[in-house]
Amino acid sequence: MLDRAAADIAKDEATRRVRFRGAGFVPASSRYGGWIALALVIAIWQAAGSSGLVNALFLPTPAAIVRAIYQLAVSGALWQHVSASLLRIGVGWLLGTAAGVVVGFAIGLSRLARGVGITFISALFPIPKIALLPLLILWLGIGEEPKIATIALGVFFSTAISVYSGVDAVPRNLIRMAQSFNVPFATIVRKVIWPGALPAILAGFRITASVALLLVVSAEMIGAQYGIGAFVLQAGNLMQTDQLLAGVVILSVFGLAVGKVINVLEARLLHWR
Amino acid sequence: MDLIANHISHRFGDLAVLDDVSFTVGAGEVVAIVGPSGCGKSTLLSILGGLLQPTSGAPELRGAPPPDSLNPLTFVFQDFALLPWASVEDNVEFPLLHTQLSATQRRALVEDALRRTGLTDFRKTYPKQLSGGMRQRVGISRALAVKPAILLMDEPLSALDSQTRELLMEDFVRLLADGGMGAVYVTHNLEEAARLADRIVVLSRRPGRIREVVTVPMTRAERGETAAREKLLALQNQIWSLIRNEAIDAEREVQHA
Repeated sequence: MLDRAAADIAKDEATRRVRFRGAGFVPASSRYGGWIALALVIAIWQAAGSSGLVNALFLPTPAAIVRAIYQLAVSGALWQHVSASLLRIGVGWLLGTAAGVVVGFAIGLSRLARGVGITFISALFPIPKIALLPLLILWLGIGEEPKIATIALGVFFSTAISVYSGVDAVPRNLIRMAQSFNVPFATIVRKVIWPGALPAILAGFRITASVALLLVVSAEMIGAQYGIGAFVLQAGNLMQTDQLLAGVVILSVFGLAVGKVINVLEARLLHWR
Repeated sequence: MDLIANHISHRFGDLAVLDDVSFTVGAGEVVAIVGPSGCGKSTLLSILGGLLQPTSGAPELRGAPPPDSLNPLTFVFQDFALLPWASVEDNVEFPLLHTQLSATQRRALVEDALRRTGLTDFRKTYPKQLSGGMRQRVGISRALAVKPAILLMDEPLSALDSQTRELLMEDFVRLLADGGMGAVYVTHNLEEAARLADRIVVLSRRPGRIREVVTVPMTRAERGETAAREKLLALQNQIWSLIRNEAIDAEREVQHA
């Protein structure tokens, strides 16, 4: 039978292959594509600046930016600004996250807390938190507290929303399973709801890290002597665009570093996915 | 220990799902519940296992459970309900964590349950790495670990392919062979009901009422013999004739819903 089929194919010259029509837009990316594209853009940027095509005042070359960062590092100013920003981000993010996780879990687990909490969060979440900074300065003074409180507020709302969304997304069949074995409430929260909500919570951390970065820069631009935001604003006022872009690069490195940390956390805590 | 459905009725809002359902599952007895789609089989099982409050009537227990039973009424779920972040052995140990047992005692129970379901070599595996049949084995292993008096099985084979269903059915027959453990087995599949049950409760279409309780006239051991196959087929046909017209009506109702 097989021989006959093969013979039929051999003598029929009019056969043609079925055309491959696609496999459903499978998402895929080149491993080095991103880095090569980045290097290319930097090279073009450098060439345009070095050849005089672009005025260095409006767009300093990458080499000038690297020089500015080096000088900042050597003078000690880099650490002074970075440490001030890191302290504000760290304390503000931790406070906002702790409160957000507690409130998010309460909303996710309690009918009363959900009724009250969602109403308040819906009303207050859309307010740009930086608009509250003058009020916070009035309440807390002109020190670190209002800047930290601004960051904490911004982080709190996003965290609370991602936590209760995560709790809501835990499959109900798992909770019913635990209840069918008479597992106590606290164990269900610890062993079922917490790990089940963790993907959403970590995704929320990614967002709140960006929110914290955004708010620290804004707050430092409004009222701070040290910090990356204050440094960028000062450089802009003095038309030191190489310094300004050095600050922007440092902010970008912050963002990348936070992203990497969350990637590591996800790889360790969500390895089961 | 007997499990009694005592005049159970249930409504979801205006929708009456169950109407005055009463029967008893004796110690070591296997009772299958069959009926057309939407007749309230799974709802009834949830009520019997204490996961849903009936509108009226109540599930009741008579007699003491076996002294070593940690969870007399234990579910085996259709969708397995495994914790995806926990390994096979951690899933099996999960219902033991809140008990008074020591770590050594827990380990011994987990070991025994894994051995009885052929999962010993898969203890460190995660659910996503297992086939559907193996996942259901983990669900069964978890149920066995708490030494149930009555297993409440909600279509435990319906998510599996036919070969896996056959293999797991053999496992169920083996596990229930000694009569030490009873079961309520909800299924659409009349063949499964006839293979496994001592009695088959046939429900009408919604609201589910008991139409008939059919006794399977042979032991489970006899059902594996060739001579028994014709009798079992006749029994399935008898039950199918009871529910066929209602199953057609129920299907049309679902399509028009």
